[in-house]
Amino acid sequence: MIRVRGRPSALTEPHPYPGRLITVEGIDGSGKSTQLLLLDRWLTARGFPVRFTEWNSSRLVRRAVKRGKKKDLLTPTTFSLLHAVDFADRLTYQIVPPLKAGMIVLADRYVYTAFSRDVARGVHPAWVRAVYSFAPRPDLALYFRVPIEVSLDRLLGGRAKLKYHEAGMDLGLAPDPAQSFRIFQSRVLDIYDRLAEEFELRVIDATGDIPTQQKVVRRMVQEVLRGYARPPAVGRGNGARG
Amino acid sequence: MARGARRGKHWYGDGLPYLKTGPLPGHLIVIEGTDGVGRSTQIELLRPWLELEGYAVSNTGWTRSPLLSDTINEAKAGHELTVVTFSLLYAADFADRLEHQIIPALRAGFIVIADRYMYTAFARNTVMGADPHWTRQLFGCALMPDLVLYLEIDVDGLVPRVVQGKGMDYWESGMHLALGNDIFESFQRYQRRLIEEYNVLAREFAFVSIDARRSIDAIQGELREHVAAYLAGARRAPSSLGSDQTANHRVRRRG
Repeated sequence: MIRVRGRPSALTEPHPYPGRLITVEGIDGSGKSTQLLLLDRWLTARGFPVRFTEWNSSRLVRRAVKRGKKKDLLTPTTFSLLHAVDFADRLTYQIVPPLKAGMIVLADRYVYTAFSRDVARGVHPAWVRAVYSFAPRPDLALYFRVPIEVSLDRLLGGRAKLKYHEAGMDLGLAPDPAQSFRIFQSRVLDIYDRLAEEFELRVIDATGDIPTQQKVVRRMVQEVLRGYARPPAVGRGNGARG
Repeated sequence: MARGARRGKHWYGDGLPYLKTGPLPGHLIVIEGTDGVGRSTQIELLRPWLELEGYAVSNTGWTRSPLLSDTINEAKAGHELTVVTFSLLYAADFADRLEHQIIPALRAGFIVIADRYMYTAFARNTVMGADPHWTRQLFGCALMPDLVLYLEIDVDGLVPRVVQGKGMDYWESGMHLALGNDIFESFQRYQRRLIEEYNVLAREFAFVSIDARRSIDAIQGELREHVAAYLAGARRAPSSLGSDQTANHRVRRRG
């Protein structure tokens, strides 16, 4: 009947677009968003046309996700599918058109977030890969690796409370949020490590200081930009003067 | 056992690995058929009959989940989604109803009557151009129904029903596919393709086909015969429902 495994997916071969897709992954508190922001600044300053997109940010499912989270209505499967709806919508409007137009798309979290978090919640690994099989493969997928305790310190230092789903509280692993976070994010971390191999994610030691990490990131991005041609109409200073 | 009926509950694909359903002694009966064929009328008549027979009944319908029905209606109003996004929304709606309505009702021994099931997504997505294999994978979490009753009609039979009923609807006419500006022609073309897909699925999944060109009473009579035959068969051979899903799953996979 249905074959779940061994089907080619867009994720396994390079995308056909002239632009570049750069994604960051890591558990909460790994510092990936900070690094992506710094990369955005650098690319923009150098005149590259950059488009930024973030996991779970489309208007389309915001209300359903919010309601589901508030009333604890979400199961691992609906949680996963709602994020897939969000992703498909952003892919249609925010990712593919800029890539076709030759822009650099920076994505804060990509399908690997679903492959780790949703599987840590209990959905089948083959199923969630199939759900996202329409996603184009990034030109560079960075994975910011950090031990649980470091991320927990960063999160608790920055804000007073851990978010409910971030800590995996919906799974009833432990009554204490910090303890639940440790258990849940450890699972996520284990899965990320395996994904790094499966999808050739570029691992960055996220325990180091911020500028050092950014240097590594920029070097990797430079490699990816080799052979990249800026679209004529978009780059700064490319003479709209005619 | 009635035609089209299966013994024991099993998943279509990998199911819900995190969910321990326990035994599911209820019955999952699906009514399929294209837009305007009269599914809801028939379900309204089936329910009181089953209740008189002593069965507790629970209804569930496509896009009616509390979690997503508003979002789906909004998305339709905006006309801005691709077939992939729509498919995922429908799958989310389905999963929500599966886990919060269908499985709990089956566990409690109810008859669940589902107005449309995953087959609707299979048929529509194929017509709309999504990868049929991908659609099927999405619904790997679905429970296989015990009985699928298919209200079969051709386009010529369908048109007068719809025109005399609630009229032709933008979506049901496939206007989003831009098959033409004329809603009547678009309806005919879109529904013809949809019905073709349903007919293919009917063979693949052993639906019980019921000729829906007849009167409401005649159709209801035949539906009741099939439901009664299925229930009689289920009473004679109570299966170990739900207790051995993985084994069922493996057997099915081999085939």
